Amino acid sequence: MTFISILSIFVLAVFVGYYVVWSVTPALHTPLMAVTNAISSVIIVGALIASAAAGSATSKWLGLGAVALASVNIFGGFAVTQRMLAMYKKKERPAPGQQ
Amino acid sequence: MEHAAPVNPWVALAYLIAGVCFILALRGLSSPESSRRGNRFGMIGMGVAILTTLLTHSLGLNLTAGANAFSAGLSLDLTSLVQILVAIAIGATIGLIIARRIAMTAMPQLVAAFHSLIGLAAVLVGCAAWLNPAAFNIADVAGHVLTISRIEMGLGVAIGAITFSGSVIAFAKLNGNMSGKPILLPARHAINLAVLVAIIALIAYFTAATDAAAIFVPIVVLSFAIGFLLIIPIGGADMPVVISMLNSYSGWAAAAMGFTLHNTAMIITGALVGSSGAILSYIMCRAMNRSFVSVIAGGFGAVADAGGAAAIDRPWKRGSAEDAAFLMSQAEQVIIVPGYGMAVAQAQHALREMADKLKEKGVRIKYAIHPVAGRMPGHMNVLLAEANVPYDEVFELEDINSEFSQTDVAFVIGANDVTNPAAKTDKSSPIYGMPVLDVEKAKTVLFVKRSMGGVGYAGVDNELFYRDNTMMLLSDAKKMCEEIVKALD
Repeated sequence: MTFISILSIFVLAVFVGYYVVWSVTPALHTPLMAVTNAISSVIIVGALIASAAAGSATSKWLGLGAVALASVNIFGGFAVTQRMLAMYKKKERPAPGQQ
Repeated sequence: MEHAAPVNPWVALAYLIAGVCFILALRGLSSPESSRRGNRFGMIGMGVAILTTLLTHSLGLNLTAGANAFSAGLSLDLTSLVQILVAIAIGATIGLIIARRIAMTAMPQLVAAFHSLIGLAAVLVGCAAWLNPAAFNIADVAGHVLTISRIEMGLGVAIGAITFSGSVIAFAKLNGNMSGKPILLPARHAINLAVLVAIIALIAYFTAATDAAAIFVPIVVLSFAIGFLLIIPIGGADMPVVISMLNSYSGWAAAAMGFTLHNTAMIITGALVGSSGAILSYIMCRAMNRSFVSVIAGGFGAVADAGGAAAIDRPWKRGSAEDAAFLMSQAEQVIIVPGYGMAVAQAQHALREMADKLKEKGVRIKYAIHPVAGRMPGHMNVLLAEANVPYDEVFELEDINSEFSQTDVAFVIGANDVTNPAAKTDKSSPIYGMPVLDVEKAKTVLFVKRSMGGVGYAGVDNELFYRDNTMMLLSDAKKMCEEIVKALD
């Protein structure tokens, strides 16, 4: 991909982000932060490439470290978001057991 | 372009799908009903991105979308795959345990900690790409990293490092490992500016340098330093802005890495997260009537101890739990205004119980949330949701402010500055102009506070305490709610 096509995707995605985020209800701003956290762990892609590549042992280990860090975020981020979102209820129901 | 690395259309398509899933994940958050489905889209997107990368890089699956079909060449490196899976398993275990155990009141610290991990991961990926450019398709024929990639990489690593060290400080402040008070170094603006200029100059030099390793390391080190320096002067109640800002940074770091790797999923995600954090910072700043620059410059509330004590000898009324119970049970409508103090006292469950008792007596209950109540955007909403408060009883400032004048009782629990009428009238007040909840317009204000001594974060005395229609309930927030529940029986 050329630089300009990447830049185009980026700029358009910033606009998409702008409109999508403004439509998020303020009540869900905390889950929004948790889920954006989880999805920005997509840098795990770079970490996986480094871990899988031959050529530099240091690079490989740095990559593996990044894979572990990003995994904490991916699993922790989505799980905690899910836990939070499950609590938002409209009508009264018996309280679910809290961990 | 000098390096037209062959992009497999199927792989590119998979990353694009992942990016679209992430957009849908955020789109889902426009209402609580759709949010759970949105979160699942996020998980699917992440799964697609990870599987695609593993298939193409770890399993060596070589998909060529030729006329004939796939020619799948498997060159499996088992050791490497096992190592990767172990790394994922370790991370997943830690992540899931934390997500399950964390208290909802500790959500701000958790988010700060997660930001720091993203930052650190970005730095590690940047270093890995620097050491092995060929693996990332960013090397020229001589094996050096391409110029454009150096800029992207330098920026990505710098932003990642700032995100990391800034988030570590934010975490320490939120978690109480470090005082929430601003720490002000002499000449800090000059120091910060010098460090920032140095980083930019180094990145510029980095693009041209022949032996760039000597430059790469200082970029990382200085960026760690600036992240630290930027956050230490910022006080506790400005944390909603800081945390949103770091959220934004972690997005830009991911985007910069996406530029380096030519990865659509990373670029889309980075842009989404970056703008999300920026918008949240803006909303928080607006809710405090402060400019982003003044928050980042820090030092707000540093004089808190000096200003507050003066006006304490004015007359004020003290009430008991029984008084509060009586007043509220007679009311037609009660608006509850929660703040950070409720989170500190873990009073949300006791508060909900109190509200239930009042509802049984036919009182209408609503909750009013100021955007900066708590330590992160939406903090109060999550705590109330945790305590099983239906979200349709919870209202934002602009939706409920006009209702206070027709309300019998405003019950302020753990909030302070966001209810201070001085923000509307006193031009000399540091919080003048900040949008506040008009609680003083209610017939009676019940103000739960631990003691009369302390002042709010802004270091200003609250006019509200001395009004004729205010009754101070001096106690721990949770204890007070429990006592009111007892008195209501």
